Amino acid sequence: MTSITKPPVRHPGLPRNALGLTRRDYEGSMSTLCAGCGHDSVTAALIQAFWELDLPPDRAAKMSGIGCSSKTTAYFMKESHGFNSVHGRMPSVTSGANAANRDLTYIGISGDGDSLSIGLGQMCHAIRRNVNMLYMLENNGVYGLTKGQFSASADIGSTSKKGEANEQAPIDPVLLALTLGATFVARSFSGDKAQLVPIIKTGLTHRGFALIDVISPCVSFNDHDGSTKSYAYMREHEMEAVDVDFVPLRREITLPEDHAAVTVVQLHDGSTVRLRATAPGYDATNREAAYRHVRSCQKRGEVATGLLFIDDAGRDLHDMNRTVGTPLAELPFEALCPGKAALDALMERYR
Amino acid sequence: MSGTNDFAFKMATVNGTGSASANSLLMQAIFRMGIPVTGKNIFPSNIQGLPTWYEIRVSKDGYTARPPEIDLVVALNPSTYAKDVATVRPGGYLLYDSSWPLDPTLARKGITILGVPFGQMCIQAFERDRDRTLLRNIAYAGALVALLEIDRQVVEEMLNEKFGKKKALLEANHRAIRLGYDYAMEHLEHPLPFHLERMDKTSDSIVMDGNTACALGAVYAGATVGAWYPITPSTSLMEAFKGFCQKYRVDADTGLNKYCILQAEDELSAAGIAIGAAWMGARAFTNTSGPGISLMQEFIGLAYYTEIPAVFFDVQRCGPATGMPTRTQQADLMSLAYASHGDTKHIVLFPADPGECFEMSVTAFDLAERFQTPVFVASDLDIGMNDWMVPRLQWDDDYRPDRGKVLDAAALEKVKKFSRYLDVDGDGIAARTLPGSGAKGAYFVRGSGHDKHAAYTEDSDAYQEVVDRIARKFEYAALAVPKAELRLQDGSETGVITIGSCDAAVREAVDRLREQGIHVDFMRIKAFPFGPEVRDFLVRHANTFVIEQNRDAQLRALLAIETGIPRDLMIPVLDYSGMPLTCTALVAAVTKYLTEVPT
Repeated sequence: MTSITKPPVRHPGLPRNALGLTRRDYEGSMSTLCAGCGHDSVTAALIQAFWELDLPPDRAAKMSGIGCSSKTTAYFMKESHGFNSVHGRMPSVTSGANAANRDLTYIGISGDGDSLSIGLGQMCHAIRRNVNMLYMLENNGVYGLTKGQFSASADIGSTSKKGEANEQAPIDPVLLALTLGATFVARSFSGDKAQLVPIIKTGLTHRGFALIDVISPCVSFNDHDGSTKSYAYMREHEMEAVDVDFVPLRREITLPEDHAAVTVVQLHDGSTVRLRATAPGYDATNREAAYRHVRSCQKRGEVATGLLFIDDAGRDLHDMNRTVGTPLAELPFEALCPGKAALDALMERYR
Repeated sequence: MSGTNDFAFKMATVNGTGSASANSLLMQAIFRMGIPVTGKNIFPSNIQGLPTWYEIRVSKDGYTARPPEIDLVVALNPSTYAKDVATVRPGGYLLYDSSWPLDPTLARKGITILGVPFGQMCIQAFERDRDRTLLRNIAYAGALVALLEIDRQVVEEMLNEKFGKKKALLEANHRAIRLGYDYAMEHLEHPLPFHLERMDKTSDSIVMDGNTACALGAVYAGATVGAWYPITPSTSLMEAFKGFCQKYRVDADTGLNKYCILQAEDELSAAGIAIGAAWMGARAFTNTSGPGISLMQEFIGLAYYTEIPAVFFDVQRCGPATGMPTRTQQADLMSLAYASHGDTKHIVLFPADPGECFEMSVTAFDLAERFQTPVFVASDLDIGMNDWMVPRLQWDDDYRPDRGKVLDAAALEKVKKFSRYLDVDGDGIAARTLPGSGAKGAYFVRGSGHDKHAAYTEDSDAYQEVVDRIARKFEYAALAVPKAELRLQDGSETGVITIGSCDAAVREAVDRLREQGIHVDFMRIKAFPFGPEVRDFLVRHANTFVIEQNRDAQLRALLAIETGIPRDLMIPVLDYSGMPLTCTALVAAVTKYLTEVPT
């Protein structure tokens, strides 16, 4: 089977963004995932966020590894270059791409198998390198493409479709990222687009590695009773810590009336994000508090969601490596080759 | 036989005690006397306390291979006395530290044993324990200056250059040289029958190791992204790249870097970074050794199938597994040529010395971008980490990088529809676009089955069309890679074929054989896939010897696979001891064969 393209017909009345693009212009080829897959909702949220941010598709790069989640980069922004790499290795390919061209917007899509098992090391080290990218971890607790094995994010006691209970402790990407010093850590739910879209927009604007762990149920292999990654479980146990409102640079900020409860964080490009605590006293700029909150939710069987931690003052890969402002891939050869005179002079040092 | 400006000596010491600087001082001094010289460092995979050797060969005729025999051994490591004394050629010399009575292990008939109380003299002359240990090495250098007639003024100038600003250290070093020198002049017969006389045969040369040369090539080729994971013996390549970048690639106005070096968490990631950067249009590379190549296999296949240029430096060491990390071998030939699962084959370049490392490093980036494929530079520990005397490196300012077929925004304007894997020119190479260069050129890189438009496919014909075109690309690559080097003699029916760092020893063997009246033709493979000259050479010679440094005759296997010449028509000569090759093995193999087989 080859990939399916969508008909190019457009409704003339579709709303357009500042670039004159409709939401349809941010779509890709037809999804080949199962009907009802959480990942398709994530794709829809991404498309919404790109459109609202007026992101030029040809200035973005879509990065992924292998798995159901990694397939989704084909389902949005067909006018962007995309790279479907090898299993678990998207973070390194993105690190290299970003090192070579710092001007593009990098959108990494991964899953719990891709990021927490085979690619755990790669994800951790991309966080440490603080690669400027959006990192969507579409988390369903299960290997879908190979039909239903537990992934490393499956909770203890969560059962497979065949009724077998998982006994190994899960790896929580949010706690991991907080520990590793990630400067943007969020969790959301594919079924909560209202929450997800502003988080994606903030993550895209954040300078540095922005992790969004999206619980994204697998309708074919992990949406049954006994699963802790099902639609039903998430609807019941989602515990939002903060409500996020992303305010782009050009829009005037007007604080809501109860502004005492709102934290305003300025992003490096001048945009702001307004965080309204929905959990009492929650402070998304305090890493330790975020960690404690996520852990205490876990103990109660709840899933902490929202923009859990943000620090926009971190140094990214290019800051740490002190690279020039021009993308390295665009530097002319003349600026890179020292030339004959320098070589002749250098040779004296080897005599 | 040894003689003036034609001999070899060896220092046997304990690693981590400072002998390396004394040894390179000696080698450099001989070089500055205008005499061709080579140094081979044979060191342990260890930081301190294990045996290490340094062999210096002086050759007025310019032979740079490891010496076939040792005229003088400086035995300063009691744990290897037995082995070291055995390596002195009959009639040769042994120099030991006579601070202690002569160890019975060192007593050997038929050689001359010389004693200098290095330890004792240093204890008397220096206060601190550290100085007493470190300067003992400089003291033996001093004794060698006397025994071999190394120009003392040259040595002292070098100390001044090295320690100029550190006065106490400078004085201590001068004093240590004098300790050894004066003792030898007073107590020993000098100079030895083999010694040095000034020549003028090094003014056009430099002394450099291959890792430095590869790194310099990467700088000159315009590489901007380097990714790596530390591994012996390739570590110094990236360290050298960093050093050169700090010298040549820092923006004068802003102090910012026109390069990015990422030390990755492992070799998989290093390969991924290089591939990601190359996809984005930067010249990017990674450097590693055999274990790293094993780890990179999956990514190599991805780059091959998705047609992304990236350069891989493999500084080979002894395998399999961890093997002997500080010993040399050419045992990655097969794993490079066909790296990764599925049908894959790769362009591999085989430099013979640091001079070629520099050239081939630049060539590798050009070939990678021209053919849109990973390219390997297969160096080895002997080339990479030893100091070689090579002609001064040259650069032509007219050089411009071959970036291959890249459609920029303007070129895309003229194209009706862009298809990433469509063979427009009939040479197997399809044009690529770089991310960020416009929506029209956007495509999806995928390691899964794809058709000529880069769309996912499971259709047999569409799949085969792409992999067949990639195979065609390699037929053209065979004509574009560096040609094998040939040195033919009149009417010879015997040919020797070799590769990489074996070059120096094999050339020497060819000369030795000629002295015995045996004329052999020489071919050195410089690249894979092989050009047509390689098969021609095999066809033209009744007897062919293939000499290489691995157990399984990997080069011979590649020759058989790729040329169709039966494997058993080629006689393997193999040295997989881990040591740099000497001319002895090939000379012995050829003479034995030609005297045993009736003609």
